[in-house]
Amino acid sequence: MLWEVRMRISLSVNNRSVESTVEPRTLLVDLIRDDLKLTGTKVGCDTGQCGTCTVLLDGRAVKSCSMLAVQAEGTRVTTIEGANAETGLTDLQEALWAEHGVQCGYCTPGMVLALQDLLATNKAPTEQEIRCGLAGNLCRCTGYQSVVRATLALTGQNGGRNDV
Amino acid sequence: MSERVFGAGLKPREDPALLRGERQYTADIALPGTVHMEFLRSEHGHATIRGIDVTEAQAMPGVLRIVTGADLEGHLMPLPCIWVPGGVESHFPPHPYGLPGAGTALATGRVRFIGEPVAAVVAETRAQAADAARAIRVDYEVLPAVITPEQALADGAPQLHDAVPGNLNARWTCGDADGTEAALAEAEVVVKLDLHNRRTINSPLEPRAAVGDYDPLTGEYTLYATTQSPHNHRFLLSALVLGIPFNKLRVVAPEIGGSFGTKGYLYPDMPLVLFLAKELGRPVKWQDSREGLMCSTVQGRDHRQYASIAGTRDGKITALKCTSYANLGAYPSTIGPGVATALMGRSITGTYDIEHAFCEVFATFTNTVPLGAQRGSGRAEATFLIERLVDRFAATIGMDPAEVRRRNMVRPEQQPFDNRMGWLYDSGDYGAALERALEMAGYADREAAKRAARARGKLLGVGISTFVAVCGVGPSPRIAKEGMLGGSWESANIRVHPTGEVTLTIGVTGTGQSHETTFAQIVAQEFGVAVDSVQVLHSDTTKAPYGQGTYGSRSYSVGGPAVQIAARQVTDKMRLAAAHMFGVDDSAVVFRDGSVLVEGDPEKTKTFQDMAMALWYGWDLPPGMEPAIDVTTTFDPADFNYPYGAHIAVVEVDEVTGDVELVRYIAVNDVGPVGNPLVVDGQIEGSIVHGVGQALMEVAQYDQTGALLTANLDRYAIPRAADVPFFELDRMETPTPHNPLGAKGAGEAATVPTAAAVTNAVCDALAEFGVQHIDMPLTAETVWRAMNAATTSRSEAQ
Repeated sequence: MLWEVRMRISLSVNNRSVESTVEPRTLLVDLIRDDLKLTGTKVGCDTGQCGTCTVLLDGRAVKSCSMLAVQAEGTRVTTIEGANAETGLTDLQEALWAEHGVQCGYCTPGMVLALQDLLATNKAPTEQEIRCGLAGNLCRCTGYQSVVRATLALTGQNGGRNDV
Repeated sequence: MSERVFGAGLKPREDPALLRGERQYTADIALPGTVHMEFLRSEHGHATIRGIDVTEAQAMPGVLRIVTGADLEGHLMPLPCIWVPGGVESHFPPHPYGLPGAGTALATGRVRFIGEPVAAVVAETRAQAADAARAIRVDYEVLPAVITPEQALADGAPQLHDAVPGNLNARWTCGDADGTEAALAEAEVVVKLDLHNRRTINSPLEPRAAVGDYDPLTGEYTLYATTQSPHNHRFLLSALVLGIPFNKLRVVAPEIGGSFGTKGYLYPDMPLVLFLAKELGRPVKWQDSREGLMCSTVQGRDHRQYASIAGTRDGKITALKCTSYANLGAYPSTIGPGVATALMGRSITGTYDIEHAFCEVFATFTNTVPLGAQRGSGRAEATFLIERLVDRFAATIGMDPAEVRRRNMVRPEQQPFDNRMGWLYDSGDYGAALERALEMAGYADREAAKRAARARGKLLGVGISTFVAVCGVGPSPRIAKEGMLGGSWESANIRVHPTGEVTLTIGVTGTGQSHETTFAQIVAQEFGVAVDSVQVLHSDTTKAPYGQGTYGSRSYSVGGPAVQIAARQVTDKMRLAAAHMFGVDDSAVVFRDGSVLVEGDPEKTKTFQDMAMALWYGWDLPPGMEPAIDVTTTFDPADFNYPYGAHIAVVEVDEVTGDVELVRYIAVNDVGPVGNPLVVDGQIEGSIVHGVGQALMEVAQYDQTGALLTANLDRYAIPRAADVPFFELDRMETPTPHNPLGAKGAGEAATVPTAAAVTNAVCDALAEFGVQHIDMPLTAETVWRAMNAATTSRSEAQ
């Protein structure tokens, strides 16, 4: 029976080597959440639209719901737990906090990693580049306003805050 | 502390752990020994179940238990509906206690929408449960489905519920029918508008989830669930579904990943995980998928409206009439019928003083997902109607739509203003909000902006929408009149510990609104202590004082006053104790900078901590005073509150493709005194994008069989970061007289006018094509078709 097939995989997750036995159909996000208990990575849809499952794969943002665990063989995966500073917040997270760029928090780990990817390749993205850089990450709470403002502020640009 | 804490834009204390992905949501809970539940959902919009064969599924790996509707009879009662349209005859599916029913946890005999749970499978893993659910064979006899209210009400239409003749839940009315007809008949100008405010899907990023646990030693159940109303769910589930004592059920809301109205409802998974946890002796966990959410979590809006507005040629509106066909879906959701009737119908006059108004709503069952609240529920549908009508009226008489609004708005000296439909507006200057928004938008220069855009191939449009939104649900006797079966007060508990730190426990549950920060600010302000010394607990029914839940923007405007009143009872007691110790009159005692002191007398000062300790020891208290500080209060407001404002959207429509770009959005809102502007602005910004989504892209589409064609986020579009510009916000802060904070609802008010502002802007941009109205969503295709239909019909006329 198909569901009795198991495959061995090895990969690095947050700089620790992981060996696991999975069904071929197991999604990378399920390996991360269910087997490795790294629940900072979320599941918001099943079609790669929402971005709450975003992780870094060899340094680039990918949607872990749209990859099989076996496809991650030999790669270096970073989840929010691995991207966090030991204590406190990274500069990016501090910037998001200053603008309250998080409400319910469900999209937030994915947003943080997507922004981290964007800023790794573009040190000073324009407003439009930030908006397009977040195209794969949905947020239903903030309206993206505070997230974009925070990213502009982090990169030393005057964001679109309209002082009240 | 010297600075004012109340009103300060403190960075929310919740945020760091959220930014680090460390807060626990329901789906993150993994109790030892957990097994997993999956649903088999109906694949037909309307069908008789002739038989269910679970033989093959039962034999699959890891399967522990499969239940169908028949297995639940005698164990789980049907879910109740707790909001009956008030004051009119209504019909519901049955519930054994004579209450209005809302369907059984699993379908019995018949399915009535695609997505309705038919069977539940529990297995060792989620994948095994899903595999087995797919192996269940259901023998259906497909019946014809009804998708729209018009179909449902037609003669000879398929009937959904035996107890609901003609599929009509209720014909609900409000206002002055005869006076309105007479005013329409006599009017100089009558403008009609038929529109469809289409079905939307709230789409919080977190799908719903539930974990049930049962302790055989104590007979106690625990439900961890995505709920914005844990106390209410405890009451409804224990008393009305499971039939167990109230004190045998604990409900916990972990972190909630957004709700926007959807997570206050009773859903089949909630009693099922509890029932199955007891049966199996293991915790049972259920996690919805996005597709499951789309076809089972309550949906929003969905009114087909036929309206008339009447007035004089010099711009005075004299009458308003609306007949609305509301689509309740297949079953009444927990509060759905009230949303579709009173919340919409009483709100149709908006910010205007209209002498004659009448609204009737036909609340109708169809073979679609049950209807519930969507951010701004009811009020957004009403506001869309009146604000579109005002623009159509202005165009008909050739007057600036801003000027028509000015001439008809409720004036500040008319407050409190009876809108003649059942709402008594509380306070505020609606006209001032409009003028401020017009000024910020540079409204006077709009023709120049239009010419400049035209040179770039863009049609620029400016749309105004004002709004006033009934919020802050309560008082309890008032909602009883509307047919809501429940109370609407809130509560708070404050304990001042011997060491001077404070624990505040609130009855309300947040879904992303930084409650732990904002509510601590109220207490810190009253006590004159550091905000960080105030801990805030919530959302666990064994710890939290009773509350009715977070809905209708009531957490801060009803729960907040409960906190303030509790805090003042604490300071009253501490003041009396200090006055006793100091030997002064209690009026001389003040709270400042962490001290309790007598002004101008340095000898008479104690730290807040010393006072807390003194009350803890109880050695030297005034005669009759009880030791310790542990205060619980409830608050039931004097009336609803009414946030209001004026929004202006500026859009550019591509003259070739019809693509709409929102280029500016100006919003002036008055939600009363703001406790934390960083938090409130966040609520307003998010609310606006919710409305923009409905205006430009969101719609739940069904085919004639009841299949939801937009059942995932690849087909149901919600706004992305690049779909919106930075907004331009301003605020006014007029207190409501109905609670001591003066607070008005802030969580959804800004959604209420947004779709209307954007649609008015697009219709303004297309005015030269003769376009009078386009139903949302205003996708490029819809707009292109409207432009070209108008162009074609014009050229044919020539």
